Amino acid sequence: MRSPVGTYLRLVRAGFREQSAYLLAAFGGLVANATFGLLKVAILFATVRAAGGELRGYDLAEMSAYIWLSQGLLGSVNLTGRTDMADRVRTGDVAVDFLRPLDVQAAAVATDTGRRLFALLPRGVPSVVIGALLVGMSTPGSAWTYLLGAVSVLLGIVLSCACVYLLAVVGFWIVETRGLQILYMVASGFLAGLFVPISLFPDWLHAVAVSTPFPSMMMYPVDLLSGRVEGLPALLLVAQQAAWLAAAAVLGQVLTRAGRRRLEVQGG
Amino acid sequence: MTHDGTGSSEPIIETTGLTRDFRVRDGLRRRTVRAVDDLTLRVSPGEAVGYIGANGAGKSTTIKMLTGILVPTSGEVRTCGCRPVPDRRRLAGEVGVVFGQRSQLWWDLPVRESFSLLAAIHRRPPADARARTDELVERLEMAEILGTPVRQLSLGQRMRAEVAAALLHRPRLVILDEPTIGLDVLSKQRLREFLVEERATHGTTLLLTTHDMGDVERLCDRVVLVDRGRLVFDGDLAGLGRTVGAERVLVVDLAEPVADLTDVPDTRHLGSEGHGLRQRLAFDAQRTTAARVLAAVSTRVEVVDLSVEEPRVEDVVRKVYAARR
Repeated sequence: MRSPVGTYLRLVRAGFREQSAYLLAAFGGLVANATFGLLKVAILFATVRAAGGELRGYDLAEMSAYIWLSQGLLGSVNLTGRTDMADRVRTGDVAVDFLRPLDVQAAAVATDTGRRLFALLPRGVPSVVIGALLVGMSTPGSAWTYLLGAVSVLLGIVLSCACVYLLAVVGFWIVETRGLQILYMVASGFLAGLFVPISLFPDWLHAVAVSTPFPSMMMYPVDLLSGRVEGLPALLLVAQQAAWLAAAAVLGQVLTRAGRRRLEVQGG
Repeated sequence: MTHDGTGSSEPIIETTGLTRDFRVRDGLRRRTVRAVDDLTLRVSPGEAVGYIGANGAGKSTTIKMLTGILVPTSGEVRTCGCRPVPDRRRLAGEVGVVFGQRSQLWWDLPVRESFSLLAAIHRRPPADARARTDELVERLEMAEILGTPVRQLSLGQRMRAEVAAALLHRPRLVILDEPTIGLDVLSKQRLREFLVEERATHGTTLLLTTHDMGDVERLCDRVVLVDRGRLVFDGDLAGLGRTVGAERVLVVDLAEPVADLTDVPDTRHLGSEGHGLRQRLAFDAQRTTAARVLAAVSTRVEVVDLSVEEPRVEDVVRKVYAARR
């Protein structure tokens, strides 16, 4: 008899395989990632040079590592707010999810995580390779960095899926969550450090960013993978990611339970 | 603990005063619509119940309360001995549900993959999952579509896959919400035959909602009719026929125009088109058969084509309602 964890891992695999049906779209995403990566190179390199070759601890090689790692994660960390789950709530297909002997939240997050992990293959890794070849970037020295970095990337991806799940179940109360998704997209991209590293923010804005879960989705994994943060501070960042994930999971349970009482399956 | 009339076993579905309200926004005002109104229903294991009613009669809402998707506004409900909402996950192992208009399959994955995922979700022992899948694939004739992604299936193929998906974990109770909607005659026929067989082999309890009286006639030994959320008839099909005189209509296309066929036994002439080239004869399925009517017409004039119109559920509902007043 399989353990329940095994069942959710099957869903991760199913999501992964589902997403592999959209390979062409993934390569389209890669082209966009690389293009915007080069744009970020132009702007951020100019900024570093203007600051005299170093800006808040970033030299050109480290800035390049930040740019290409963050571009590479863009396909896997959900900073758009949109999910399959939101559509399922809106159309009423979520009824089918309640017919399974599964935790609805865990099943949705597992499937979504699988889909997003797949994007690492056609979008994530190639983005980093393109950046390394075209621009060059700093690489960390130790295997430990890669290992902790991988854990951090995984946590970041799962956390982003857990947070957009929260947006989706708000649909139990309001029928149309698209406005909320747009708001989320604007805030999450900026605060996760997609456009500039959050350490370049003015102090007050940096303080705002680190009090949200968004840096845990992208900035921290990038900091760890690039070797910018190492040792104990690195472990603390991973612990912070895990704490945010736990908080999102608890909130998701509460909202799912409360939302069920509100559920009025759309479309009969 | 209550028992049904025969005292043989605990009911598989039992509701008492089951009620569900929805709040509907009507312009700026909100009003309350009662989708299911004080429904008391008991279904014993092994029964096949047709749950019929017009659109918006509350059929789907009832099903969603029976399966723990929707929370009742008031009343009691027990399905397979479980309280559907708190015991949702346990109940999921006992019930198989097909929503004709929603899919439980993974759209982008091959059918085979959906089956193995569902077996894993229900935590079936691998040997049992394999045997059951093989059985369903064979009986629903799905061997050639197992490798096809669900999004590429025809509607008929997809419905067979949906039914198999709902039955994979050997549920005691199977609930089908509009299972034949949109299917062509042949696909409908195959699905009905399969369901009859499935019941005979496994003793599965069947609850189905439909707009198709053909489904009810061929699959169900009991009919429950609801209108505007209220139960208006509960009995066998013959009883429903007696209540409303549910007539079927034989439409014949004739080789030559003839006078209205008003003298065919046990039929009522409804009308003629094309100077009598096409004629419509209503008959009561309890008293005669389409074949007998056809034979009677054939002695008078050559029939080149024919079709049989089933009574529509909406008409039956209307007639029951009229009869009640």
